[in-house]
Amino acid sequence: MLLDVAIASKDYLSADGRPRRALEDLRLTLKRGEAGAVVGPSGCGKTTLLRIVAGLDRDFAGNVALPHHGRLGMVFQEPRLLPWRSVADNIQIAAPHASRAEIDGLLDTLGLAGHAEHFPRQLSLGLARRAALARALAIKPDLLLLDEPLVSLDAALAIELRDLLARLIDETHVTTLIVTHDLAEAIALADKIFILSPRPARVAAVLDIATPRRLMTLEAAEALTLKARTAIAALRE
Amino acid sequence: MIRLASFAAMILLWQAAALFADPRHLPGPGPVALIMLEEARSGELFVNLAATLARVAASFALAMSLGSALGYLMGRNRLADKILDPWLVALLNLPALVVIVLAYIWAGLTEAAAIGAVALNKLPGAVVVAREGARSLDPALDEMATVFRLPLKARLRHIVLPQLAPYLAAATRSGLSLVWKIVLIVELLGRSNGVGFKINLAFQLFDVRLLLAYALPFVAIMLGVETFVVRPFERRVSRWRSDAA
Repeated sequence: MLLDVAIASKDYLSADGRPRRALEDLRLTLKRGEAGAVVGPSGCGKTTLLRIVAGLDRDFAGNVALPHHGRLGMVFQEPRLLPWRSVADNIQIAAPHASRAEIDGLLDTLGLAGHAEHFPRQLSLGLARRAALARALAIKPDLLLLDEPLVSLDAALAIELRDLLARLIDETHVTTLIVTHDLAEAIALADKIFILSPRPARVAAVLDIATPRRLMTLEAAEALTLKARTAIAALRE
Repeated sequence: MIRLASFAAMILLWQAAALFADPRHLPGPGPVALIMLEEARSGELFVNLAATLARVAASFALAMSLGSALGYLMGRNRLADKILDPWLVALLNLPALVVIVLAYIWAGLTEAAAIGAVALNKLPGAVVVAREGARSLDPALDEMATVFRLPLKARLRHIVLPQLAPYLAAATRSGLSLVWKIVLIVELLGRSNGVGFKINLAFQLFDVRLLLAYALPFVAIMLGVETFVVRPFERRVSRWRSDAA
């Protein structure tokens, strides 16, 4: 097991100063090379979960098991690039061991070949997010964390990046945990879908996607979507 | 161009004022330049300018490095801020003259006392500005650095310093002018060379020409530092802001 998350509880202080429970009895695991997608309504604690896995939030009861000295690559919702460094330098700083050729190769794959020397301000959100993805991949992560990787992109751009992501996950076999509110995105990217309940969030259902994504027929995808929707509808009652 | 014209107007105004004033009180640019030349020929001008410049550089470097480090600590750590803040306020409100006289009494009329006293006068200002800068550091980039496990050196160089650069430039600008003024007082009170020492001499001789002959070149040097060092540095570190698409 590469990732084993067992969170007994996670509370936070709400604006009125009272503790609220964000997560409760949340368990999820990923094997090496698996891609998991956490799906749930906005505000259900998905990002909180991702921050706990990333080690940014240690104030919770439970345990997160990661490989020892494992490298984490993360793509935040906002790209979080250093505005005062070029795209290539941003990647090099995060991945000091990557050679210039490796970085150029990554930029090429992600359609950023002409932007290596640009500052992040000169990039659109779609390009900046690709640069953030290049940075996360450049460190050859043991675990790749993606927080709503396609949010606030226009539809055509989102589908393009989604297909690119699916290809990269397939080719590099990097273990990936994706957080998203969009079921279609989860089905396109993941081997395993964790459906979260409303707050306090726990994993309400796990759907395995057995067929390799590339070979999945439209019917199979529709059946899966239906299954997921039934699970989500059951939660509402 | 406009700067140059404005500068020429200043000289003209000086010349005009000198025409109507008692030359012992306000000599014109000509006589001052003459004395300046005389002092330069004997080498005295350069010896004293160099002595003052060295003191400015030493005390400025000391105050800025210590002040930035302390300010950064206070901006990032609430406990350190609480502990050190009263000290900071006390130091901010201590008159420069008191610090200088105390330093000379306690440490003797030495170079170390002089430089230390000047640095101590500049220190609180540098701390305040660096603390402001450290408080405005972007936590989102900090988290990014944590997830990607950037080593301390890379964090400082690529994340912290670029964000502090505008603050440090502001501290440098106000700091240099403050430091050189205090260096003159230190020299006047307890050193036997430097621009301040010469101005003391000019005061005793009531020689305004000598006073201006030493003060003006130093102002020119500081203007040069501002134009050729501080500004290009600022432009360089803010390059990423200007050429956005």
